[in-house]
Amino acid sequence: MSRIKVKIKEQDLNKIRDICQAHGNQPGELINVLQQTQEHFGYLPAEIQEAVANELGLPVAKVYGVVTFYSFFTMIPQGRYPVSICTGTACYVRGADNVLQEFKRQLEIEVGETSEDGKFSLNCLRCVGACGLAPVVLVGDKTYGRVAPDGVKDILAEYQDKE
Amino acid sequence: MEKVKLTIDHKEVEVPRGTTIYKAAKQIGIDIPVLCYMNLEDIGVENKPGGCRVCSVEVEGRKNLAPACATEVFDGMVVKTHTMRVINARRTVVEFILSDHPKDCLTCKKSGNCELQDLAIRLGIREIPGQEYAEMSTYKTDYSPSIVRELDKCIMCRRCEAMCNDFQTVGALNAFNRGFDAAVAPAFEMDLQYSPCTYCGQCVAVCPTGALTEVDHSRDLIDAISDPNTTVVAQTAPAVRAALGEEFGQEPGTLVTGKMVSALRRLGFDYVFDTDFAADLTIMEEGTEMLDRLKKHLNGDPDVQLPILTSCCPAWVRFIEQHFPEMKDIPSSARSPQQMFGSIAKTYFADKIQTKRENMVVVSIMPCLAKKYESQREEFAVDGNPDVDFSISTRELAHLIKEANFDLMNLPGEDFDRPMGESTGAGVMFGTTGGVIEAATRTAYEMHTGENLDEKIVFEQLRGFEGIRKATVDFNGTSINIGIAHGLGNARKLLEEIKEGESEFHAIEIMACPGGCIGGGGQPLHHNDTAILKARQKAIYEEDENKPIRKSHENPEIKTLYKEFLGEAMGEKAHKLLHTKYFDVSRKIEIS
Repeated sequence: MSRIKVKIKEQDLNKIRDICQAHGNQPGELINVLQQTQEHFGYLPAEIQEAVANELGLPVAKVYGVVTFYSFFTMIPQGRYPVSICTGTACYVRGADNVLQEFKRQLEIEVGETSEDGKFSLNCLRCVGACGLAPVVLVGDKTYGRVAPDGVKDILAEYQDKE
Repeated sequence: MEKVKLTIDHKEVEVPRGTTIYKAAKQIGIDIPVLCYMNLEDIGVENKPGGCRVCSVEVEGRKNLAPACATEVFDGMVVKTHTMRVINARRTVVEFILSDHPKDCLTCKKSGNCELQDLAIRLGIREIPGQEYAEMSTYKTDYSPSIVRELDKCIMCRRCEAMCNDFQTVGALNAFNRGFDAAVAPAFEMDLQYSPCTYCGQCVAVCPTGALTEVDHSRDLIDAISDPNTTVVAQTAPAVRAALGEEFGQEPGTLVTGKMVSALRRLGFDYVFDTDFAADLTIMEEGTEMLDRLKKHLNGDPDVQLPILTSCCPAWVRFIEQHFPEMKDIPSSARSPQQMFGSIAKTYFADKIQTKRENMVVVSIMPCLAKKYESQREEFAVDGNPDVDFSISTRELAHLIKEANFDLMNLPGEDFDRPMGESTGAGVMFGTTGGVIEAATRTAYEMHTGENLDEKIVFEQLRGFEGIRKATVDFNGTSINIGIAHGLGNARKLLEEIKEGESEFHAIEIMACPGGCIGGGGQPLHHNDTAILKARQKAIYEEDENKPIRKSHENPEIKTLYKEFLGEAMGEKAHKLLHTKYFDVSRKIEIS
C-alpha cells in the first residue's frame, strides 16, 4: 500500500492555484475555474483535474463528473488547426452531415478527437450566425461557406504544409 | 406547521406544507412505485433526483405527469396515482430502462433481491418493444478486494453517489458522462482500488440492481470444507446473529445465535468460534492502551496524544489513512477483532490442535464488505499465509444455508466450540454504534477504579442512534469525555475538531456504517427501511443482557489465553500478534 502520486509541473500547479484563488477557492466556482483552466491549458488532462480538486477541496470524481458532463470541456488536447462543423438547423438541412462524414473519413478521427500528428481536431458546433453561407466550416478563426463534401480535401490541403 | 389538504386517489389527506406527493400518499397507505428514490429516515439521507420517472402521477390541471418523489403538494391538489395514462407512462419508462439492461437475471447475484426485477414483475412487463434495435451500453467489470462494479447494470439512480458523498463524505463515486453514456464511477473511470474508496459497502447496501455487489467467496469456502486435509475454522461477528434471521422470514431483531452455530457446524466447519471472543481480547488490549494513554495524559505527559480512537472498523481505518493521514497515529494500535482472531487461531489454537497454519483455513462471517479487504492487507499475513483466509458476508452465509437445504429456524440451538467461542456481553456489543466504547468503559472503569460495577454495568449515555453522540462517564471523580460517531461524514466532523485542537474528548468510537456493524454493507438488504437497523440494535443489547458474563476481562478463556500464551496485555507477544500500524495512502500532488 502506498500513496497515489500525481505528478504535475510546478508552473502548471501555480497557474491552477492562481485561478482557484481568483475564485476564492470556492467549490461552487468549479465550472468557472475549469473554464479558465481550459482556456489556459487548451484541455483538462487528469493531473490538472486532480490539482483543481485538491485546491477547491472537492473529490476528484466530482470534477471528472463535471468535465465529462459538459461538451465544452475536453480531456483531449485540441489540434493546432481545430476544425468545427456547424450542425445547426440551417447548415444541417443543407448537408452539414455529409461534410462532417467527409472530414471524419479524411482525418480518420471521430468528433471530439485529435489527429495523431496533433494537427487537426474535429468538433461540431451549433450556429455561428452565418446561415446564409450554410453549410459553414471553421478552421481556427477562418470561416468557409457553402462547403460541399468534395471541397473538404481542398480545405485540409491549405494546412497540410503548414506547421 | 402549516397544513395543506389534498386528494389522492379520491382519498383526502392533510399534510404539512412542503411534503411530497410520495410521502403524502404513503401516509394513507397508497404505495406509489419508486426506483431511484431513497429515504433513509433515521440517518437523514434522502435521494430524490427525480430521474427515473417511475413514480410519475397525474396532477389535475397540470399538463405533464409529475414525479411523486420530488413534487411538493399544494392546497386543493388532486392527484391520481394509477390512471391508465399513468400506468402506460410508467410501463414505458420501465421498458426503456430494461431495454438497456442486461437480461442475465437467472445468474445475477441480485436475482430475487433486485428492486428493478420487482418493478418489472409488479408492472407485468413481459416484453420490451423495440429491443432488437435498442443500443446496449457496455463497460468493463471492476473487481476490487471487496466490491464488484458491473456498470452495465447501473440505472443511474445515484443512490450510491448519495451514500458515498453525502453520508460518508468519501467522494469515490460520482456520475460521469451524459445521456445514454452516463454511469457512476470513480474519477477517470479508474478501478475502485485506486480511488479513495474505503470499501464500507454502503453503495452496495443501497444499490437497487446488480450494478454493485460484494466479492463472493462462498465457492472458496465450499472448496476449503471439501478438502479433508484442511481444518476449517469459522468466526462469526456479533451483528450477523442479529440479522441472519431476516433472510429466513424472521422479524428484524430476531436473534438466531444458536441456530447459526448449528447451521455452520452442519455446513462442515471443523470448529465454530465467535469473533466476540476476539472482541473481548480487543478490549483487553485497547482498554489497556486507553488507560495507559489516559494515565500519562492525566499526569501531564506532553507526548501522549488524546483522544484515543477505536480501530475495529476497517473502512474507518482506510478512511483515516486516505483522508487524514496526518492523524494516522491516534487510533488505537489494537487490530480489529477479526484480525486478532485470525492471529490467535493460527498460533495458539493451531498449536493446541497440533496443526500447521498452512493446513488451517480461517473464515470470518461478517456483516461487512471492508472485512474482505482487511483480511487481504499484507501486514496480516505470515510468509504470505493470511491470518484470516477470507471473509463472507451475512448474505453469502444465508445463501449457503439455503443451498444446503437447512431450515434455519427449525435447527436446534447449539453453543460455540471452546476455547475461542467463549464470549461476554461486552464482546457482542461490538455490533452496534456505542457498543465498543461501552465494552471498553466497563473494563477500563474497573481497572482504573479497582471497583466492581455490579448493577451499574449499563452506560445508557453511550447508547442511541444519533450520528454523533457525546457523553461523560465518571471514573470515580475523574470525568472521561467520550465521543461516538457512526457514518464517516460524522466521523469527519469529530476529526476536524481534533485537527483544530478543539476536541474535548478522551476517547472516540467510530464505525463507518449507519448504526454500526448492524447496518454493514454485507447485511441482509434493508431496502430503505432504517427501522430494521434499530431492531437489530435492540437485539444486540438483548444478547448482552442475556449473557452470564458481561465484562471482557472476566472472560475465563481470555484469562487462560493470557496465562498460557500471551503473557501481559500490551506485552511483547501481544504487541507482535495483536497490534498493527497505519499507513499514509492519501493522494498527493507532486511537482514533476
